[in-house]
Amino acid sequence: MSAGVGTQRDPGTARQPFGQRVRDWWNSRSRAEQWMITIPVVVLVYLLPMLNVFPLSTEPWTDYELALFNAARLGLIALGLNVVLGQAGLLDLGYVGFFAIGAYVAAIMTSRDSFLHNPHYSWLVVVPVAMAVTMISGVLIGTPTLRLRGDYLAIVTLGFGEMVRLLADNLDPLRGNRGFQDVGRPPGTHADGSPLFTQTDGKPWYWLTVTFIIVILLLIGNLERSRVGRAWVAIREDEDVAELMGIPTFRFKIWAFVMGAAIGGLSGVLYAGQVGFVNNQRFDVVTSILFVAAVVLGGSGNKVGVLLGALVISYLPDRFQLAPQYRFLAFGLALIVLMIFRPQGLLGARQRLLARGRDAYKRLVGAPEPVSADSALTEQGKGGDR
Amino acid sequence: MTYHLALTLAQTESHWIDFNVGLLRDEFWSNTIDGLAYGSIYALVAIGYTLVYGVLRLINFAHSEVFVVGAFGAYFTFVGLGYQPGPTSDSGIVPLIVNLLLAGIVAMVASGVIALILERVAYRPLRKRNAPRLVFLITAIGASFAIQQALLIWRGGNPEPAIRLLRPQAVFEFGTTRITNIQIIVFVASLLLLVVADAFVGRTRLGRGIRAVAQDPDTAALMGVNKERVIMLTFVLGGALAGAAALFYVMQIPQGVLYNGGFLLGIKAFTAAVLGGIGNLRGALLGGLLLGVVENYGQSLFGGEWRDVVAFVLLIVILMVRPTGILGESLGKARV
Repeated sequence: MSAGVGTQRDPGTARQPFGQRVRDWWNSRSRAEQWMITIPVVVLVYLLPMLNVFPLSTEPWTDYELALFNAARLGLIALGLNVVLGQAGLLDLGYVGFFAIGAYVAAIMTSRDSFLHNPHYSWLVVVPVAMAVTMISGVLIGTPTLRLRGDYLAIVTLGFGEMVRLLADNLDPLRGNRGFQDVGRPPGTHADGSPLFTQTDGKPWYWLTVTFIIVILLLIGNLERSRVGRAWVAIREDEDVAELMGIPTFRFKIWAFVMGAAIGGLSGVLYAGQVGFVNNQRFDVVTSILFVAAVVLGGSGNKVGVLLGALVISYLPDRFQLAPQYRFLAFGLALIVLMIFRPQGLLGARQRLLARGRDAYKRLVGAPEPVSADSALTEQGKGGDR
Repeated sequence: MTYHLALTLAQTESHWIDFNVGLLRDEFWSNTIDGLAYGSIYALVAIGYTLVYGVLRLINFAHSEVFVVGAFGAYFTFVGLGYQPGPTSDSGIVPLIVNLLLAGIVAMVASGVIALILERVAYRPLRKRNAPRLVFLITAIGASFAIQQALLIWRGGNPEPAIRLLRPQAVFEFGTTRITNIQIIVFVASLLLLVVADAFVGRTRLGRGIRAVAQDPDTAALMGVNKERVIMLTFVLGGALAGAAALFYVMQIPQGVLYNGGFLLGIKAFTAAVLGGIGNLRGALLGGLLLGVVENYGQSLFGGEWRDVVAFVLLIVILMVRPTGILGESLGKARV
């Protein structure tokens, strides 16, 4: 670990780091016990808007439920970006582009300002269409750029994110600053017939988003444990070696891009629906950096970590009413400090290439294999090609 | 509301993108001249990317903010010298030159200092820890973000009102093409600075240190090169050139001093560096000039709003087709 020479102990007798001990404890529970812990936690998460407990509730002048929705939405985005950045190790600075595409697809299909407006497009049609469009754009953006690596990839994806914004600025049918009003919302009514999903009521949005997060956690979790996920981790750890071992790295990188893009598009649809208005203003690089900050802060590669990171980045400013510019300044500084002192984020990446082997070892021996829990971000000696 | 709806319908009929080949032909020469003036600014900023990349193998994302700090330095020198926004009165040639030089020095010092601080605060601790490149990159993004937001808090989201020390006047005219005094000054001065920088890296002792570290940092250190000092020097040199570029930028586009004004220029300078071959000083010059010119042609062909898209597309195309750039020789291999 990068914690420095002074803190390194003999791995055989050393106390494991806290995160590792939590993980080991969790992994040593039986399946039933894990469910018994998981289900109440999930129920609690769903009940959050109802429980106005002290440290969670917002200051009087912000809407607690909308703050929760925004945190959940950023969590969804962070999960999507985590596939690209955390799992496959591709630094995508243009992720906001996919978010924007999702929002724009929703707007174009449902807003009365749109050239394609058709009242028969229900929101349930919009979601798969938006995800399909973002997936296609993921392929289109990924095919030329994913042959590049590291810094170059970052710059080029940044360029693509900006191009999406510039297109929204300048293509007349996308209406630039004037934007689209009355973007479609999910169907459903209260008992008295008033619509369930409105601009002011955050609760249904929050529940919907949490449901999406859970579904995506299950899907992505399965994907990560599959051949695809192992290929991603291999690419993240060392792309050349992965290629040499026969992994078609380019194809798997495209896959990561497409998966991430679809989730980004979905969150774009949710955002557009809740705000009800889409124009070119919210899709700039600053937003993109915010997404990256959420993932890196929480611990890229760790799903629980990135959700935590998104919660911190979205909820704390809402809770404490920081002026937006101070919050962005704080995130910039936090990125620097974090990279210097804890590059793996609050919770480091869990899944390494050897994770499954380690599990097997533990089942056989009955004790965890003595290894450190470092990730691609902390590994030493990979600092450069010289 | 009716008007709004009518407008919507009218917009729906319009084209998505227009091509205007006629305008490209008519404005070819003025575009070329203007593009060279812009391109020399890109080239000056690109040197900063190229030097840092050559020595540290790091794309210094925050270099665009180094540039913006220089632009603010130049602007506030103008303010401090008593110039007001709006049309300035003619104040003799000598005070004008002195004031411009003063603004240039302030801008170069401001940019050099901020680049040095950046190196000390953000990058050096990472080097000590032997961090992987992704960590350097995220730090650079964080630094860029932090400086940008600090400037936003300080100056707000509106651009500074224009101060124009030197009014653009046509010096030469070829037919319809006008060459202004500002364009000439910017181009010649940038070229001069680039030649000086090239000679510095190519011919001086300190420059030899830079090349040695670029080629092989460990061996250079063994041979008695002070690596940390060379890295500091690299940041200061790149920063100072960005500061000079900032002065020219303020002269050419006086209303452009904005907290995030460096972002696009940074991308373009980086494009220029890649176009010429990153790590190659002369490549940066070539790439900068080329990008400036191509961008202006694109502006005529597609319309002004697509100007920035041209740079992005060019960047992607170069990286795909020839990632080593036109003069694909790195700083480390240069044997001047």
